[in-house]
Amino acid sequence: MATAKNNINLKLKVWRQKNNQTGGDFKTYDANNVSPDASFLEMLDAVNETLVKKDEEPISFDHDCREGICGSCGFMINGNAHGPQKGTTVCQLHMRHFKDGETLVLEPWRATAFPILKDLVVDRSSFDRVIKAGGYISVNTGNAIDANATPIAKPYADEAFMSATCIGCGACVASCKNASAALFTSAKITHLSMLPQGQVERHQRAQDMVAQMDLEGFGACTSTGTCSASCPKEISLINIANMNKELLRATLFKKEEVGGGDMT
Amino acid sequence: MSENKSKKLDGKVPSGPVESKWEDHKFNMKLVNPANKRKHTVIVIGTGLAGASAAASMGELGYKVKAFCVHESPRRAHSVAAQGGINAAKNYQNDGDSVHRLFYDTVKGGDFRAREANVHRLAEVSVNIIDQAVAQGVPLAREYGGLLSNRSFGGAQVSRTFYARGQTGQQLLLGAYSAMMRQVDLGTVELYTRREMLDLVMVDGKARGVTIRNLLTGEIESYEADVVVLATGGYSNVFYLSTNAMACAVTAAWKAHKKGAYFANPCYTQIHPTCIPVHGENQSKLTLMSESLRNDGRVWVSNMKGDKRHPAEIPDAERDYFLERIYPSFGNLAPRDVASRQAKYRVDEGHGANGGEEAVFLDFRDSIKRLGEDKIAERYGNLFQMYDKITGENPYKMPMKIYPAPHYTMGGLWVDYNLESTIPGLFVAGEANFSDHGANRLGASALMQGLADGYFVLPYTVGNYIANTNLKKVNSTDSEFKDSENTVKTEINKFMKIKGEKTVESLHKELGRIMWDNCGMARNKKGLTDSIAKIQKLREEFHNNITIPGEANGLNPELEKANRVADFIELGELMCRDALVREESCGGHYREEHQIDGEAKRDDENFCHVAAWEWNGSADKAQTRNTEDLTFENVKLATRSYK
Repeated sequence: MATAKNNINLKLKVWRQKNNQTGGDFKTYDANNVSPDASFLEMLDAVNETLVKKDEEPISFDHDCREGICGSCGFMINGNAHGPQKGTTVCQLHMRHFKDGETLVLEPWRATAFPILKDLVVDRSSFDRVIKAGGYISVNTGNAIDANATPIAKPYADEAFMSATCIGCGACVASCKNASAALFTSAKITHLSMLPQGQVERHQRAQDMVAQMDLEGFGACTSTGTCSASCPKEISLINIANMNKELLRATLFKKEEVGGGDMT
Repeated sequence: MSENKSKKLDGKVPSGPVESKWEDHKFNMKLVNPANKRKHTVIVIGTGLAGASAAASMGELGYKVKAFCVHESPRRAHSVAAQGGINAAKNYQNDGDSVHRLFYDTVKGGDFRAREANVHRLAEVSVNIIDQAVAQGVPLAREYGGLLSNRSFGGAQVSRTFYARGQTGQQLLLGAYSAMMRQVDLGTVELYTRREMLDLVMVDGKARGVTIRNLLTGEIESYEADVVVLATGGYSNVFYLSTNAMACAVTAAWKAHKKGAYFANPCYTQIHPTCIPVHGENQSKLTLMSESLRNDGRVWVSNMKGDKRHPAEIPDAERDYFLERIYPSFGNLAPRDVASRQAKYRVDEGHGANGGEEAVFLDFRDSIKRLGEDKIAERYGNLFQMYDKITGENPYKMPMKIYPAPHYTMGGLWVDYNLESTIPGLFVAGEANFSDHGANRLGASALMQGLADGYFVLPYTVGNYIANTNLKKVNSTDSEFKDSENTVKTEINKFMKIKGEKTVESLHKELGRIMWDNCGMARNKKGLTDSIAKIQKLREEFHNNITIPGEANGLNPELEKANRVADFIELGELMCRDALVREESCGGHYREEHQIDGEAKRDDENFCHVAAWEWNGSADKAQTRNTEDLTFENVKLATRSYK
């Protein structure tokens, strides 16, 4: 499969920033002789290898599984989260989608709730804190009943699954003009609210997760839909509508109940 | 330290019939009073399925848990990438499954090189795992009636694999992660992200803490505890190219090995048959195409050597569906070691795709004809999409090209029945230990084992250790911790100061090539002997000629790599030694000298044992090979046949 004949040359303008105390700026690099079969990150690996050989610091970026499932990678390519291909993480974006001679601008996710740590690496621990606030069903190990004792109609199970496919990469936040985390938060709320197991804490969960989301400094949702359009897992905007519905339900119907996480 | 003499290890398997060992053992183990649990600290390294489930479960019990991961979030752990499914002996399909059958299949699938009692326990708790996951809201696949769906996996003739499309690992991990985050919210689990374990701290011969590098700040920190659990995954990245994520490393396990934890069966590695073939020199990793695809995909090559025709132009009569031909009773669902080997033979003989590439076809034409494209998309949609993205070819229209790649390691730190290593107080769970899969793991059993260890085994056995052990108070300011910190700092400074000519990446690639060529799918005496010499030279070059830019204090991915590759090099040598001494073929360990018509030939008389290697103080000293005898009282030792 590998042939040198179609290889391309690119210019990269990359955001370089030492740490979160300092400012940053763009530096330009050449990416030469890039195979169209290489992934975007493999292209960056090659650029980094030449930097390391010159004893220069390589470009830092988060990455791990390189199969589009761990959610580690992600940055802006020419203003698009994860680059130009729809439904694709940057690790799964291949160089055959770029033309010889192109200039690509690489920038980190930019959002108050995602402080930049170094170059293209940002701190997304705010997402973990949103989950910690209630993105779970409170069931201790050993408490479970037989898995088939509770049938779940396939449409609900499938919808829960679709929402649960969120990989928590942060592209939704980065591409939203308000830096809203509504898509991320609503996907988890929807996933659990679709399932019979998630009913007990349904109201509390919606309230707690939304409150934490606001506390982290994410912006409000104004329904522009760029989040869903840039989502590598193509999580639907309907999740956000559902979150608003869940929140309303909770406000109207919630009894004075205490959610799982707040028992002690 | 002088070289130690070879010892016989005791797996501490409880007495009694295999069916009741675990039940009896649970009753016989000592308990820790609820009020006392919060006085004990458990460190868990790694937050994949095994680590997150262990941290969550022990947090629920009331222990003070400190959980560490190298990632920025525990949800990124490599368990996330598991695609196909998780086995459980539910027998929901009424097709003859049972705990005993899962036990039997796993022992046989491992080519009789696993410990029977551990495997039986695994099969027993498998059913609880599915219950637990569903209760957590894990959206496993369902039928129209609302009940759970199953598919088949290699090495089994029943349908016992539960799944969530092609992302079962992610969904189960999110279940375990959310259970752990709930404990973080409750304050029983403290989470430390972007932290890498670089040493195990021992006090009075027991594991009492860890030394950690904060990957963001570069600070060296140490933490004390009563018990340390390693759930740090496998070491397939020793091959450089593997299906493992980039950060997967042996480092935590290897540091523990150097402190006295024996390393068992390092040569047992799994080469997965269905991965996307290598595309070129700059490739950084390989991508798996789930084994579940072999439910509906048929594996074939052209009958003609060097056939350059487009696969669609090769008529059926000129195709060799070699797995169906050689293994009629298991067909395309032959186990991984067997399927990989056969693909390699076909390619070696010149039947590779497109005129002899390192690839064979995995074809869905017939299933699409039978079930329709919609049904296939529903089952494997995301896998097909991933394949399309990576290769630029549409697998609905044209067969996939696949080739074997390193994927999983059955070897790992030696543990007894309680999952305790040879270091008191150091427990090892999931892929990081060696215990359940013998010389070959069956598909959909890794998720099962990780969760079994974390949810249902460690919470009991760790408690028993604490209740039975006199644990004096230690503090991370004690001299043992300071010494460990200094050792780690010295090592890091040494690496930073080398300023040589070679990048860490290039030496890792070199190591990978040596390992893949000589300690991969087929091994022989000469190749292994030569490799040991080559790896020793590579080690010397590494320690004298690498270059790491930047500083040690702060985020430095090159330094992180150097720490990991240094350990992979030492491990690579041990793998070759282990493979060299094991003069037999079993499961994934295939010595060309020991075969019958291309099938593995075991030597039960001389090798029906676990090899557990003991560090002798320096990488220049040969390690001692200790053994644990394996006895098979419930599954009769037999030649493994899938024909």
